[in-house]
Amino acid sequence: MPDNGAAEAKPASTTTNGAAAETRRQRMRMLISALGMLPVLLILCIGFNVLSEGRFFTGQNLGIVLQQAAVNTVLAAGMTFVILTGGIDLSVGSILAASAMAGLTLSKMPELGLLWLPAALLTGLVFGIVNGALIALLRLPPFIVTLGSLTAVRGLARLLGADTTVFNPSIPYAFIGNGSLTLIPGVASIPWLSVIALLVILVSWLVLRRTVLGVHIYAVGGNESAARLAGIKVWAVLIFVYGISGLFAGLGGAMQAARLYAANGLQLGQSYELDAITAVILGGTSFVGGIGSIWGTLVGALIIAVLSNGLILIGVSDIWQYVIKGLVIIGAVALDRYRLQGSART
Amino acid sequence: MNDPILEMRGVSKTFFGIKALRAVDLTVYPGEIHALMGENGAGKSTLMKILSGAYRPDAGGEIRIEGRAVRIEGPLGGRAAGISIIYQELSLAPNLSVAENIYLGREISRSGLLARGTMREGVGPILKRLGADFLPSTLVAHLSMGQRQLVEIARALHVRSKILIMDEPTTSLSAAESERLFALIRQLRAEGLAIIYISHRMDEVYALGDRVTVLRDGRLVGSLDKPEIRADTIVRLMVGRDVSSFYKKDHDPEAGRGHPVLAAIDMADGGRVKGCSLTVHAGEVVGLAGLIGAGRTELAHLIIGASPKTSGRLELEGRPVEIRTPGEALEAGIAYLTEDRKALGLFLDMSCLDNINLAVLGRDAKLGWFLDRDKARERADRAFAGLSIRAANAGVPAGGLSGGNQQKVLLSRLLAIAPKVLILDEPTRGVDVGAKSEIYSIIDNLAKAGTAILVISSDLPEIIGICDRVIVMRAGHIAGEVSRGPNSPLAQEDIMGLATGMEHLDA
Repeated sequence: MPDNGAAEAKPASTTTNGAAAETRRQRMRMLISALGMLPVLLILCIGFNVLSEGRFFTGQNLGIVLQQAAVNTVLAAGMTFVILTGGIDLSVGSILAASAMAGLTLSKMPELGLLWLPAALLTGLVFGIVNGALIALLRLPPFIVTLGSLTAVRGLARLLGADTTVFNPSIPYAFIGNGSLTLIPGVASIPWLSVIALLVILVSWLVLRRTVLGVHIYAVGGNESAARLAGIKVWAVLIFVYGISGLFAGLGGAMQAARLYAANGLQLGQSYELDAITAVILGGTSFVGGIGSIWGTLVGALIIAVLSNGLILIGVSDIWQYVIKGLVIIGAVALDRYRLQGSART
Repeated sequence: MNDPILEMRGVSKTFFGIKALRAVDLTVYPGEIHALMGENGAGKSTLMKILSGAYRPDAGGEIRIEGRAVRIEGPLGGRAAGISIIYQELSLAPNLSVAENIYLGREISRSGLLARGTMREGVGPILKRLGADFLPSTLVAHLSMGQRQLVEIARALHVRSKILIMDEPTTSLSAAESERLFALIRQLRAEGLAIIYISHRMDEVYALGDRVTVLRDGRLVGSLDKPEIRADTIVRLMVGRDVSSFYKKDHDPEAGRGHPVLAAIDMADGGRVKGCSLTVHAGEVVGLAGLIGAGRTELAHLIIGASPKTSGRLELEGRPVEIRTPGEALEAGIAYLTEDRKALGLFLDMSCLDNINLAVLGRDAKLGWFLDRDKARERADRAFAGLSIRAANAGVPAGGLSGGNQQKVLLSRLLAIAPKVLILDEPTRGVDVGAKSEIYSIIDNLAKAGTAILVISSDLPEIIGICDRVIVMRAGHIAGEVSRGPNSPLAQEDIMGLATGMEHLDA
């Protein structure tokens, strides 16, 4: 808006006549922001399929892509909650490792073995709530708090296994890591990991878009001071989002443990937070908070998985994969900037 | 009078087919303080931005400085033409020193190295001339708002500007700082500078203005010389109709005056508010007047629990209540409309629908958690119709609306809880004339329905126009109360007297 004078001098008749055009423009804008990076995802898939001479679009390869995307999707869903409030959670990779270690350790105890799954989830939740409490109650910056727990929780993860790799070849619920849900016997099945990821996305959508809490999350990210004056318990919202991020990191840890039958406190989940953040930003969620959607995050996570898978398929070296992924992150933030220019925020 | 320093002839500006400025003629003489008044959206800031070079005027107009036609282009164009602007939000870098700020963009260097010493010496005489009580090496971050303004003025003098435009310069100044600024402005006038002084405040225009020019809807509607400057004349020019019909007050202050609803007793925050008590009755509109910095907003924040109080208690309908957070205030039925709707009120990226429903989401929710979207849409539609909010639909982001419509959206959120007490902090700030009148009639209707209303406003004609009685604050205390007599209206002089402490001089 160039000037108050221009906008307020607008005669009423122009507003009514322009209403239809404005509605159309609004719809167009919503469509563009809803579709977001979906066209990019499709172009990447088709491009890789051409370059790999048809090896991308095979049932087996798509299954692999979905499975590879699963854990990052779950982490990115939690990250979406956090970034929507204008925060950041750098500790999800470490929390994932600590939860997997806690779960695996418990699974080896004969009488408690079945409890390993809830234990992993609980571990993640507790770390997340600690993050949230430090941020909401002590008013510490999220970047600093979660940077601290990135390091501290990594240390705890190593402590849990006495700095060794913990194996459990007979871990209960192993099917969630390696099994598939049969949709049509002998024709179509979908990995359990992907089913879980999809459920996480659905639950996140329900919370963000259909509950009071969801509106409050967007409100806190959009304008924290206004949210406080509007009577929203900002501290509770913040503890919730970091708690959810921790819980989903715990779930990610359980998924990894079930898939690998093992976990190593030092190596597991290293730099996973970066992929999760990338997925969220690629999905169009604004880094300053208040704008974004969970479906965008799903698309973002799929883009990352397709990139990794496709680059391997066409034989790009590991080193170049890093370079390309890094450029994608920068491109995504540039896109975020560009998108914000067009919005109401000035 | 001598030759004009600035002449604008037929200057217009069009944005996307909308005329923000229509053929404005403005003449300013050296050694004069020329007050520029008008509602928000009247074209003051557009005019100012043309003079600074931020906007280019439409073809056809002419700007002459000292008799020569000039084209002011680019952000440095105004400065090159001898025009400096002191903005509302100061444009200083707080992390740099006074001298560095004054030389910003024109630093002196010797063989590539910054010549700090030379720069400090260079600004010394100007600071002295302005009577500054700080050193050129002081960091701007350590200065008060008044001192920062001095630095801005020093910067303008340093580039030898002959025309100084000041946009609401006292907004963030204390009363004492404002007085010092006025003395300085008079001194600059005596030195032969031309000062264009933009202000909403009648008292400042009285005190300073040699001439007043009023803009409305992009047109220049009148210029008054010193003897003609009168509040009612200016207000009539600004709103374009008679004041009495502009402010709507149909509720009967006597019959409507019901039981006391809100009683705040001895409220203090250990700083800006020093023991204030007030009572608001059902069906009554009470004004809370005072100068900027008198502690009015701070008192409102204490009442709704937005900031911690060191003493005081509240009674709601005769019963003591404990309110610690704005959420508890809303639950108790006390709603507060913030003075800063963009920073503290609205969620600009969220839809009008969400903005309107925000306070009642929990109450409306299904199973305590899930949004009742039908109810929300109904409520938003009712608000759109009832308050005549103009927007394409309730789904558009609130940030895209005009100031008046944004204010109505925010007001709808508060009205959704059906408050017993409504505290309105500068309810018509940044709102166009039409919406202003609509907001007054909303306030009037709420009073008729029995709501207890407290209106904080710096706009005296507004307070006099809509309030039944006025409580005046000064320096954190309740300075007194002005009531409407049986046949006499609220007197502006009485309110200003209490606000400034002048009533002691009269006695």
